[in-house]
Amino acid sequence: MSAETLEQTEKRQVVVGVDEDGIQNYTINFGPQHPAAHGVLRLVMELDGEIVERCDPHVGLLHRGTEKLIEYKTYLQALPYFDRLDYCSPLGMEHSYVLAIEKLLNLEVPLRAQYLRVFFAELTRICNHMLNLGSHVMDVGAMTPNLWLFEIREDCLNFFERASGARMHSAYFRPGGVHQDVPLKLLTDIGDWLDTRLPRLFEDAISLVADNRIFKQRNVDIAVVSKEDALKWGFSGPMIRGSGIAWDIRKSQPYDVYDRMEFDVPVGTNYDCYDRFMVRVEEVRQSARIMKQCLQQMPEGPIASLDRKVVPPKRGEMKSSMEALIHHFKLYTEGFHVPAGEVYVATESPKGEFGVYLVSDGSNKPYRCKIRPTAFSHLQAMDFMMKGHMLADTTAVLGAMDIVFGECDR
Amino acid sequence: MSSVHSAPRVVHTDDCADSLRALVGGDLLALVQAADEITLVVARDALIRVMEALRDGAQYQQLMEIAGVDYPDRPDRFEVVYHLLSVTKNHRVRVKVGTDEATPVPSVTGLWPVAGWLEREVFDMYGVVFSGNTDLRRILTDYGFAGHPQRKDFPLTGFVELRFSEEDKRVVYEPVRLAQDFRNFDFMSPWEGAQYVLPGDEKAKAQEQGAPTPAPAAPPPPKASEAPAPKVTTPKTTEHPGQTGAGKAANVAATEQSAAVKKPRAPRKTAAQKLAEAGSKPAPKPRATRKKSEDKA
Repeated sequence: MSAETLEQTEKRQVVVGVDEDGIQNYTINFGPQHPAAHGVLRLVMELDGEIVERCDPHVGLLHRGTEKLIEYKTYLQALPYFDRLDYCSPLGMEHSYVLAIEKLLNLEVPLRAQYLRVFFAELTRICNHMLNLGSHVMDVGAMTPNLWLFEIREDCLNFFERASGARMHSAYFRPGGVHQDVPLKLLTDIGDWLDTRLPRLFEDAISLVADNRIFKQRNVDIAVVSKEDALKWGFSGPMIRGSGIAWDIRKSQPYDVYDRMEFDVPVGTNYDCYDRFMVRVEEVRQSARIMKQCLQQMPEGPIASLDRKVVPPKRGEMKSSMEALIHHFKLYTEGFHVPAGEVYVATESPKGEFGVYLVSDGSNKPYRCKIRPTAFSHLQAMDFMMKGHMLADTTAVLGAMDIVFGECDR
Repeated sequence: MSSVHSAPRVVHTDDCADSLRALVGGDLLALVQAADEITLVVARDALIRVMEALRDGAQYQQLMEIAGVDYPDRPDRFEVVYHLLSVTKNHRVRVKVGTDEATPVPSVTGLWPVAGWLEREVFDMYGVVFSGNTDLRRILTDYGFAGHPQRKDFPLTGFVELRFSEEDKRVVYEPVRLAQDFRNFDFMSPWEGAQYVLPGDEKAKAQEQGAPTPAPAAPPPPKASEAPAPKVTTPKTTEHPGQTGAGKAANVAATEQSAAVKKPRAPRKTAAQKLAEAGSKPAPKPRATRKKSEDKA
């Protein structure tokens, strides 16, 4: 290539090397504004023709300093920040946080609240997988399944709205339980939905892609990750199960009422992108199974701990009880104090192990709240997963990782 | 205290802590068991040795997380906290090392490649240096960012803000200008944990440090008029309404008394008298009537 054409080369394409045939490796930016980058991911890729030689993900474009902000908020005020981490599965994030607080407080949660949490956490999983499966198939070229899956996601968001008042940022899980009880009609509606609408739409949509020749060509044997690599790179969730390790925190370290639930943990056999996709597909069916069990077993009773030093009283109680009024005032101004100590609580969020490392100094604000995002370790493995693959496989690999940058960048 | 919370339940075997203690040996500075979790505090120089022993000897295959914590009061102000997970033993353990701004921590990227980004994040947020990490760039903050935002002495608002400049046609950085102070409410109860002096309380201290307070003068002897009233042996009681001092007789007495005091009221002035007082000027007619008369004319 002559000097003139070099100057004409696009500014962001940097020539890095020329081999003996005069063919150059070149570097391109994938993102940060790319529809398949699932947000604001900048991948600096070194290409040899269409083969990816090196891939350097640049993250942090959505960094909002959540961990720093949380240090300046009371424990309850910090809760809505978790909705905004992984905005595709908000309740999964809240779950880790409220459990971490409860572990430090050693607070008992009433049974109905635990069932409600598991119930809505699984609805969140379905909701999250609808987005991921849909965008994954759309990234590799199929349009229709995404539209059908979004229909299901819309149903889920409507259910969240009926339970908490907000479609996405619910702030529904609270330290000690959940914010408010759900109407019986909502539970029966979700039960009907699980029996009729969900399987029909979901199985229809998946039947379009699961055995589709093009979809398989784009995903089978792409980005194979062995068990050893999956462990070394800190994989979790569907990524580690896709690599053939039956590791699910809901099963092995059960929290809330997951130990009462019967469900199967799907694992991959080829350890490729197709397996990760199918693991998520099966997880949706298992989530529906868990939700049905919740509906059958859910007892009546309080929906939050009755410890008034942590959980504020209901408004009706405040109208007649001076003590309740004082508790309400204190909890919404000063907040509750958490005994000094440190815990690391990880739950099985739809995307993998979402952990909260909470350090308390005994005051009403967290001294340190480190959030362990699922995307961080997965995205880091992008380099070795992409090595030797075609540029067009990037979208399939990214889609199968299920990355949301609100959570990755915090 | 038995745990009643519903957080993920991790089962410790009885000899878990002992076997970890034996495994780490002399490199262990402390082993803390709190809230169902085991923390190993190890010497910084021995980190790689300990981690290798934990990975290969105790089946902690996965490094899930590296967190930094800042304690500005300590000589080794930063804590680097590693969270390990064993998927075969279904167990977690936490490993801690301390360091300061200058001393590097050995990198565990050789044991777990996932540590690369996790260490980059701790470096970015706290400025902890990891020796052996070949790619220790910033990760979450902007290209060319200065400072380490998670340090406790870094203000929440930061030092710079950025905007798009129409003149320069690019994003420019400027020092932070706050339209309103950051409102950091202090909810600590002054009776429980507050570390500051309440307004007005400083006077109590000032009194101690100043000149000795002169002894108060002896109390003056009580005056005769202020002498305490003799003690009543039989208390006054009100057995029937007559004793209350109310009733018809009291009402009559009250009217007589007020009639004697009250001055007779001056008789009301007539309009003619008022006119005479005001002088010869006739009072103006009401507006409406005058208008009517003009219309007639």
